[in-house]
Amino acid sequence: MSVSVQTEDFDIAAEIDALTSSDRNIGAVVTFSGLVREMTDAGAIQTMELEHYPGMTERALEEIVEQARARWPLQGVRLIHRYGPLAPGDRIVLVVTASRHREAAFDAAAFLMDYLKTKAPFWKKESGAAGAAWVDAREADDRATARWERPTSTPSTQQS
Amino acid sequence: MQILYFSWLRERVGEASEDIETSAATPADLIAELKARGSGHAMAFEDITAIRVAVDQQMVELDHPLAGAREVAFFPPMTGG
Repeated sequence: MSVSVQTEDFDIAAEIDALTSSDRNIGAVVTFSGLVREMTDAGAIQTMELEHYPGMTERALEEIVEQARARWPLQGVRLIHRYGPLAPGDRIVLVVTASRHREAAFDAAAFLMDYLKTKAPFWKKESGAAGAAWVDAREADDRATARWERPTSTPSTQQS
Repeated sequence: MQILYFSWLRERVGEASEDIETSAATPADLIAELKARGSGHAMAFEDITAIRVAVDQQMVELDHPLAGAREVAFFPPMTGG
């Protein structure tokens, strides 16, 4: 169960333990967690509603994990994405990558986040005093995804 | 064919899904048909550059063949993470 799409919060330490406890060859664990920011360009928000496409979301996340596993020597991957109503400070997303050495874990975690930002069917709606608005996709996220498609930026062999 | 709408497309159309009979050959053809269903649909599909499409839960281009498709979803660019 490397991918979960859920409304509930997650326990980062418990997820790391679950991923690493059965494999003594893991030398590096990288975690990324994304939180709901209170201050946006339109002012402070009170809630963020995350909508997704049930069925396609799980499939898209599993495909992204498969791509990461094909690209880096990973001992384990865990990806959790929440949906539904969230508030500033709430956790939205968790990526955990485990490998023998740190470079693969760092690079795979960055790849997973860049890819899920532009390829997983989630949409954010922010609500605050000024009203509610859907969050626009950012060109910077497209560029971040595209950098993994250039052969020159393909991470080279790992170091210890 | 099951048509799904997400995010502001869903809000503009006023429905999360609808079942329609269509012989549209591509998502672009389907959009042209859907726009004729009412002002909400017309508004939802006003800016074609803002629309992404998935056929049977796989992202495709607007000229992808629809033959055999069961589910077509329309939505704006994704904003997860």
